[in-house]
Order: sequence, then structure tokens, then C-alpha cells
Amino acid sequence: MTRSTVEVLATGPLSTVQDLGRPGLSGIGVGTSGAADRGSLRLANRLCGNDESAAAVEVTLGGLTVRAHGDLVIAVTGAPCPVTIDGRGEAPNAPLRVPGGAEVRLGTPERGLRSYLAVRGGIVVDPVLGSRSTDVLAGLGPEQLGPGRILPVGPAPHGHPHVDIAPVAPPAIDEVTLDIVPGPRHDWFTPEALDTLVSRPYEVTADSNRVGMRLAGPELPRRDTAELPSEGMVTGALQVPPNGLPTLFLADHPSTGGYPVIAVVRATHVDQAAQSRPGQRIRFRLGGKR
Amino acid sequence: MRMLPCADSGLLVELRDLDEVLALYAALDADRPPGVVDLVPAARTLLLRVDPDTADIAEVQDAVQATRPSHGGQQERGLLRVPVVYDGEDLAEVARLTGLTEREVVEAHTGTEWRVAFGGFAPGFGYLSGGDSRLVVPRRAEPRTRVPVGAVGLAGEFSGIYPRTSPGGWQLIGRTDLEIWRVDRDPPALLRPGVRVRFEEATA
Repeated sequence: MTRSTVEVLATGPLSTVQDLGRPGLSGIGVGTSGAADRGSLRLANRLCGNDESAAAVEVTLGGLTVRAHGDLVIAVTGAPCPVTIDGRGEAPNAPLRVPGGAEVRLGTPERGLRSYLAVRGGIVVDPVLGSRSTDVLAGLGPEQLGPGRILPVGPAPHGHPHVDIAPVAPPAIDEVTLDIVPGPRHDWFTPEALDTLVSRPYEVTADSNRVGMRLAGPELPRRDTAELPSEGMVTGALQVPPNGLPTLFLADHPSTGGYPVIAVVRATHVDQAAQSRPGQRIRFRLGGKR
Repeated sequence: MRMLPCADSGLLVELRDLDEVLALYAALDADRPPGVVDLVPAARTLLLRVDPDTADIAEVQDAVQATRPSHGGQQERGLLRVPVVYDGEDLAEVARLTGLTEREVVEAHTGTEWRVAFGGFAPGFGYLSGGDSRLVVPRRAEPRTRVPVGAVGLAGEFSGIYPRTSPGGWQLIGRTDLEIWRVDRDPPALLRPGVRVRFEEATA
């Protein structure tokens, strides 16, 4: 039996293969990586009847064109972008049938940053250390996608998708509000720094990627300039280097870091953070549900 | 012991020294509280990363509080001999900082057994501790933008080997041909926590 494949024709700014990453390897300096917006990857897989952890393509700012070799079922989630199959418009957040030979195109999303193209059966490139994710910081996993790349598709799972279309709140188009919890190192900053962090919005700069988002806005002054011994970091951490401007850590963040973390974005809001595009404003809010 | 929550994603436990970190790490690694997905030991801290969907930070805190640190409990993982050519660009600077001669620096570095305390910085990088206490030196004031693969360095109480070419701020005293990281090898990292390391002088 010949396996179906997906042939990459064009990629836009950055397209990578992502699953839920490789947790548990920080002992050998390997970070978690995986989809930046994990909720959207999981949804795309559910729509295809896959295990939620199957690998899919993470498409940054659209621009992906692929050709199906063999009949496929696909779903596109995350940043809502125009989807066409051989030129015919299709809906995001729904399972779609793609006949063998057809061309699937993801246009530029009008809001949000990262879209996910899942295929029934999953993308089954060779895993590296238990995951098919590309870690752009560590240089682990499959290379970023380029034209001509052939992606093998796994055997269809037994279960059938039982979702026809998923109602999804689209990413914010203007200001994004993210809940944060102070610490672990807020006591390394002046007492006013936390007020400053939540008082005015920060802007996502172009110097942002899967590792983290550099933010522009009011500076967060340190109480002193003591050196912090490197310590473990979580996704969603707001790490503040000596220039006083926070970096929000995303999926490929280093497993340890040497600058203090003033606050951490709640896990439920990290996916929204990953959908914020350069130029967009983020307002941090203390609290949210415990 | 101080416990510092990282929102609902983790718990950073601050300890007095590396021995306390490793003792708590050994105990928690043997018996992980529910919902803890990764343990990240470092020089003065142990981070417990948790699955926010299943873990409750308050419960994880209670579990850590109730854990008896397992001193001397780090897993034994064998001895690795690392041949080093001691011609690093910072060898003279390390001699100056420590008050030793360059020869004495080499003898101190090869004279005791080191042990991988924890990983971090890059895949395959291990923080080696337990060396000669005279070799404690600060990082370079200006990190290098390019440190070659295999460079052997010192920083603080640690020694380390660069697993690939990368930026870096450690004081470089030598280099090794030993491939300490290869992703297609099992295991990919030769320097896993618990591995003992003996540096041996090699000729260029």
C-alpha cells in the first residue's frame, strides 16, 4: 500500500512541523518545544480524528501551499486564514476532504499569527528524541519546511472525527489582555515595577519568534544589579534583561535563564500570547482564576 | 527552603547550595508529585514544571514540603574520561585570577574527579561540579559570540564542555575531540546528571 504524502510547494515566512514537544529532557539541556499555540494544534487533530499529540504543520503568517498525494482529510485551526482547495474557498476549524492531486493554499490571516494544518493520520517525519517538533533555539527536530519537501502521512486512526465544525473565538485584532501572576522574582525589582507592568500596554516587537516575544514599553527597573544564578524557566515567563524590557517566553525558550522573571502569564493565556503579532499591543492584568 | 510559584505552570524551589538542590532533586525524581512533568535543577534552585490541567500548585508545594531530601542519592552513572588539549584562550587569564601558574591550573583541572550536576544552556551541555575549589572564576565580562564545539571552560564553581559551536561567556582553558552530543546516538548526551568526569591532558 502506498502511503499518502503532502508535498510542500511554498511556505510563507516560516512553516515547521510541530507536535506537543519533548517534555522531561531538561536533564540533558533539551527544552520542551512543540506547538506555540497548543490548544489550536489539539483542536486541529481532534477535527481529523487524530490523537491530540499528532504532528501537524505550524504556519506563521500564512503563505503555505501544499499538494496532496493521495486522498486526505485535513483541518486548519489557529490564526484564521483563507483556505482554498484547488481554488475553492473552505472553512477553517472544520474537517475538509482533499482529493489526491489537489492543491491546498493557506492565505495570510487577517488576525492572529500561527495557523495549524493537521492531516488525518498525522505528519510522520522521523521523530528526534521522542518528538517531531522543530526546536528553532536548540536546532533539534526536522528542518523548517521549504519547497519540494515531501511529508509522509501516517495511517488513518480507527476513530472517525465526530466534530463537524468547532466554534472558536478568533484571536484579538487589537489589544490582547493576558492574566499574569507576580513572581518568582518580582522582589528583584523596585516596588513600582509591577504597577508599571500592568499600567500601560506593551507592544510586540518584530524581534519575536518561537523562543520568545520581545516587548517594547515602560522599563521595569531592578532594585539592584546582583547577578542571578541561572535557574529553570517556564513557558509564559516574563524575563527581564538589563535593559528593563520584558521577553515573554514561548515554546522554544531555553530550559534555564540568567535574568529574573518578574511575572508569569497564566497557562490558559499562553496560547493567546503566541497568537499576538508584531505591532500588536498586550495589556497585562494581575489575577484571574486561581 | 523558599517556594516561589511560577503562575500555574511551575514551582521554583530556592535552596542554600548545590548539594541541597541535588538532594531534593534525587528525592523528587524517585517519587514525583502528581502533575509534575519535568524537574529542572540548577545551581541554587530546583524548578518543578507541572501540567496546569492536572496539577495544583498548592498541593505540589505540600508534597515538596513533605519530601525528605535524599543526600548522596544522585544516581551513579559511571566514569567518563575526557582528553583535553589545554591551550584555551583564557588559560593565562584563569591563572591570573586564581593565582596559580598555567601548569597548576591544568593540574588542578585534571587532579580531581568532577560530576555532572545538571544540564542546561544547550542540548548536551552539563554543569560539572565538585572540582578543585581553587578553580572558581567569574564568567568573562564580554561573552564571545562564537565558542567552538568541544571548548572546555570554567565559570563560577563549574566546568563545562561546549556541545556545539555557540555564543558563550565561560573562561576557555582547553578543547576536546570527544563528541559529547550526537542526536543520532543512544544516549545522545554523554554528560548526563550523575556521570563522573575525569579530564586527562592530551597532546595537540
